This record gives sequence, C-alpha cells and structure tokens, in this order.
Amino acid sequence: MSEPQRMTQPDQEAFVAGISKCPTGIRGLDEITDGGLPLGRPTLVAGAAGCGKTLIAMEFIVRGARDFDEPGVFMAFEESAGELIANVTSLGFALDTLIDQGRVAIDCVEIERSEIEETGDYDLEGLFVRLGSAIAEVGARRVALDGLDALFAAIPSEAILRGELRRLFRWLKAQGVSAVITAERGEKTLTRHGLEEYVSDCVIFLDHRVSNQVATRRLRIYKYRGSRHGTNEYPILIDEQGFSVMPISSVGLDHRVSRERVSSGIAELDEMLGGRGYYKGSSILVSGTSGAGKTSLAIALADSICRQGGRCLHWSSEESPDQILRNMASIGFDLATHLQSGRLHCHAVRPTLYGLENHLVRLHKLVGSVRPDAVILDPITSFTAIGEPLEVRIMLTRIIDFLKGAEITALFTGLTQGTDPTAWERTDEGVSSLIDTWLLLRMANVKGTRRRLIDVLKSRGMAHSHQARELLIEDSGISLIDLPSNLREPAA
Amino acid sequence: MTAIRLPPSTHEPPPPDSRSEERHNPGTRPCDSSAPAYVLTLYVASLTPRSVIAIQSVKEVCERHLQGQYSLEVVDIYEQPSAAKREQIVAAPTLIKRLPLPLRRLIGDMADTQRVLVGLDLKARDDISNPLV
Repeated sequence: MSEPQRMTQPDQEAFVAGISKCPTGIRGLDEITDGGLPLGRPTLVAGAAGCGKTLIAMEFIVRGARDFDEPGVFMAFEESAGELIANVTSLGFALDTLIDQGRVAIDCVEIERSEIEETGDYDLEGLFVRLGSAIAEVGARRVALDGLDALFAAIPSEAILRGELRRLFRWLKAQGVSAVITAERGEKTLTRHGLEEYVSDCVIFLDHRVSNQVATRRLRIYKYRGSRHGTNEYPILIDEQGFSVMPISSVGLDHRVSRERVSSGIAELDEMLGGRGYYKGSSILVSGTSGAGKTSLAIALADSICRQGGRCLHWSSEESPDQILRNMASIGFDLATHLQSGRLHCHAVRPTLYGLENHLVRLHKLVGSVRPDAVILDPITSFTAIGEPLEVRIMLTRIIDFLKGAEITALFTGLTQGTDPTAWERTDEGVSSLIDTWLLLRMANVKGTRRRLIDVLKSRGMAHSHQARELLIEDSGISLIDLPSNLREPAA
Repeated sequence: MTAIRLPPSTHEPPPPDSRSEERHNPGTRPCDSSAPAYVLTLYVASLTPRSVIAIQSVKEVCERHLQGQYSLEVVDIYEQPSAAKREQIVAAPTLIKRLPLPLRRLIGDMADTQRVLVGLDLKARDDISNPLV
C-alpha cells in the first residue's frame, strides 16, 4: 500500500461538513452529543428495564413537538396509550394536548402471541402502513419506536422479523425522520436481540447501578458516527421535570475570571482579604472543628449577597432551614426576609438520600432555576458518608468547575477532626488545591477561655493577612478582633 | 377427545366447536337469515402476488370447509390505514377470525392449509405436530 487507508467517502463528508443535528431539548444530552442526535437518522437507546428508555424516547418526541416545532410519532411496543399518557403527564408533559393539536401521534402495537397462527410467508407491512400513516397524519419529523425488540416475542419467524427490521431502518432513513429506537440491553451484546446491527449512526447506553445502597442511572454515548461526543458516563436524573443528563465534567479550565469582589459580610474579614472580600466567582472553603462558626461565616456571605440584591442558594446537608433560620436570627441575621423576598433559596437534604451523582444533578438544576450569585454547601464533609473519597473529590471538582464556569461564588464548609494542629490544614475531601480562598476556624483554649480563631490559609490573587484573629459571634452579629498581644500563640 | 376431525373431502359443515356455546348452527344447513358462524376479515397490503395467494387460499378453505356459514371481508390496509391501527395489524397478510371465539390471527400467505385449518379451529394442533396422525 503506497498510501495510508483513506476515509470512505461518506465518512469524509460527515467529517468535513459536520453532520446535522436534531436537538433533543433534554437537559445535558445536547451538550454531550455536541448539538443533539443525528438529523434524519435513527438512534438506538439501549438499557435495562427501569433505566428511563421510554422517557428519553418520549421526551424526544414531546420536546420536539413543543419546543422545536417538529411533530412526532410515538410508537409503543410495550405499553398502552393510556399508560403512556398517564406516565408522562406525571412528568409535566401535556401529551394529550399535543395529540389533540395534531402535533403528536401515538400508536401502541399490541400483539398477543397466543392468538397468532403462522400460515406461510408474510412481511410486516402492517407496521409500515401504520407508521407511514401516523407520520403523514401529523407531518412528523421525529419518530420514536419504544421497545421495538418486543416484536421478537410476538413475531414467530425471527428470519422474517430481522429482514423486516433491516427494511424498517432503511425506510426510516428514506422518510428523512430523526428516530429514537429503544431496546432492552443484552447479556453479551449491547441489546438482547442485537438491534445495534441495524443502527450504525448513534447508539446511547443507559445503565442503572446501585452502590452504597444508592441507585444511580447513567448514560453513555456508545458511538456517534461522524460527530464529536463526550465519552464519559454521565449521571442522569429523572424527576418531575423529566430527564436530565449531567455533563459537568465537560467543563474545562477556560472559564472567565472576575476581578469583581464580593463582601464576606464581615467588614474585618474583608479587611483580611486584601480589604475587599472574596473574588466574585471564586471558590471558598471554610474548614474548622465542630462549633467553630463555619455555618455562621457561610450565612454572613449569604446575608451580604442578599442585601446587595443578589441571590443565594444555601444547600444544607445537616440542618433544616428552620433550624438555620432560628440559629442565625440569634446572631442578628434576618434570613426570613431574604427567604420571603426570594433572594435566599434554602435546600436541605440528607446526603444519604441520593447518590453523589444525583446530588450533582440536583445542584445543577437548582442553580439553573434559582440562578444564584452565590452557592453555599454546608457542609461538604457529609458527602464522604455516601461515596468513596475519590468519588467525592471528583464530585466536588465537578461542582467547583461548574460554579466557576457560571461565575457563581461558591462557599463550602468542611469539618476538620481532632486536635492535632497539622490535621487542621488538611481536608478529608482533598479539594483544598481547587479552592481559591481557604479560611480555617479553630477553637483555642487560651488561659481557660475557649476562643474562636480565624486564619486565612490562602487566598489566590490578593494580598491577604497572615495574622490570626479572634472570631466573635454575638447577638449583634459576627466580628473579628485582633488578639491581644499576650494571647497570641507562638508561631505554629 | 375434543379434537374435531374433518374428512378431507366432505362438504358437510363441521360439528359445532365444543368450546363454543353457540347453538345456532345445528349441523345441517346454515340458517338463512341469522349471522354467519364464521366472521373473517383478511387484511392485505395492496394486491401483491402474496396478497393474491392469500385471498385465493382463504376463499378455497372457506368454500371447502365452511360453505354457506362464513362471511369474508378483504381489506387493503393501504386504503384503510386506520383499520390497520384499530385492528392491531402488524404482519401482512393477516386473517382475523372474529367469530367464533376465541379470536385468532392467521398471518402469512395462507399457503399452509393445515395451519389455516388449525388457526380457524377446524383442526386440532396435535394433528400438525404429529405428522403420522
């Protein structure tokens, strides 16, 4: 061979022109597929039962008709129309309205194998006629065939069925519709009946795993011919708003950085931080022993953001909003006003309730709906209860990347253990290297009195104080004072 | 024995299906005014050679075994796609036996007469699985 193997003509064209995409409208999926599913071509979605295959197919159709003016046909091979409508209505999709408006057509294929007697040669023209007529009825640009492999249980002759499936996929391409076909996953093959053999353009794999007794669904683009796509496994979340895929790890290090500052809410602390507080969009870690004032410091930032007309998302994994409200009112923070004005949004959830990935997706969605200027995670330490240290670190990295990318100031609190001063400057989560500003709170027993001390361990991009100060938490609020010289510790 | 055996050349109507409660065909001549005992619809996808074979085969079987006591309607699903959806037609050709119950769907070109007879409950399934009978 004198020349290296060239790409075949169609591949080359796709590579040069970039293939056209059909946006799904499903949060996150269009990002990791670089714009959507292949336009005018079939996509196979494979996965075990309960992974959300039907939902992804249905969202593709409903969002297409509703958001992209692309009418669609949903052909179900496993569920009845009534079941389908009921299932998606609970997810906030008015499927019946779209059907009444003639923008979505539904056909449920029900075959009772016991009724069937094979008497000779046949084809599946009935299926083609039904699909063709439904496509014509609504002028469909999209088609979903949900649970297509159920036909293998219904049609006696596998040879005929396979021939007809091959014809069906060719026919779908000739119709120019973008199609999603779902099928059950197999033991050794991707799908139980090897449907991947017929769909070569795009294959998506859904998975459902349980670790630490917490279930997480994940999505992976198995292949996508002629297109750039993310190759990771992405967590997915199914909730009252449908399906979301979490593409956070796709965020790079190229986010814009701000020179704007945000007040910490404590004048003396701003003073320690180059005189002007935290950087907007930076990540702040407040670590310290139990009772050292981490939450109070976090709330001070929240209060400051809200007072300046911004919005703050407070994600609490240990205390309920009521408890925080009461405790913070006792030191002069009127959070109730901020809650009423909608500037402060509290989200309290036990970490163990969901898997790490689900927390990530939920945070992503909350940030999308609340659009906060600052996010507080109090504390991040509790996530170690539900994941391996490496997983927790990956999740926190994703959160930090994501919030930085969105120019949202992020404050995390972390619990440090023990009395060994060298341990204080370590974080179990190992995220300190990702943090821009790191404040350490500790209790010091100085001449019989327990005092709260605060240090700025680091603060990137600003001249900050290296002097420990005493943190006073009083009815009137939080303030810092210089330690009297006779109380200063010998340098650690 | 519940199996109903039909002598291949007889033109007599079959005895009533033992599983059916129907009594309106006492086994002599078909009732002139009442509904036919066998209600059949054949769904074909246009007049392909396969469709033509199926129509001919079904007519032959009916004339031979059900003369005078059946109704047969032929529907082209290309002309009536809504019927294909309503009647859950997937394969073509499909012959639906609505009456007598139970409902049966015979798919294929009906070239296998023995299976057509089984599908119409005119012949027991055992007779096919054991070719020596």
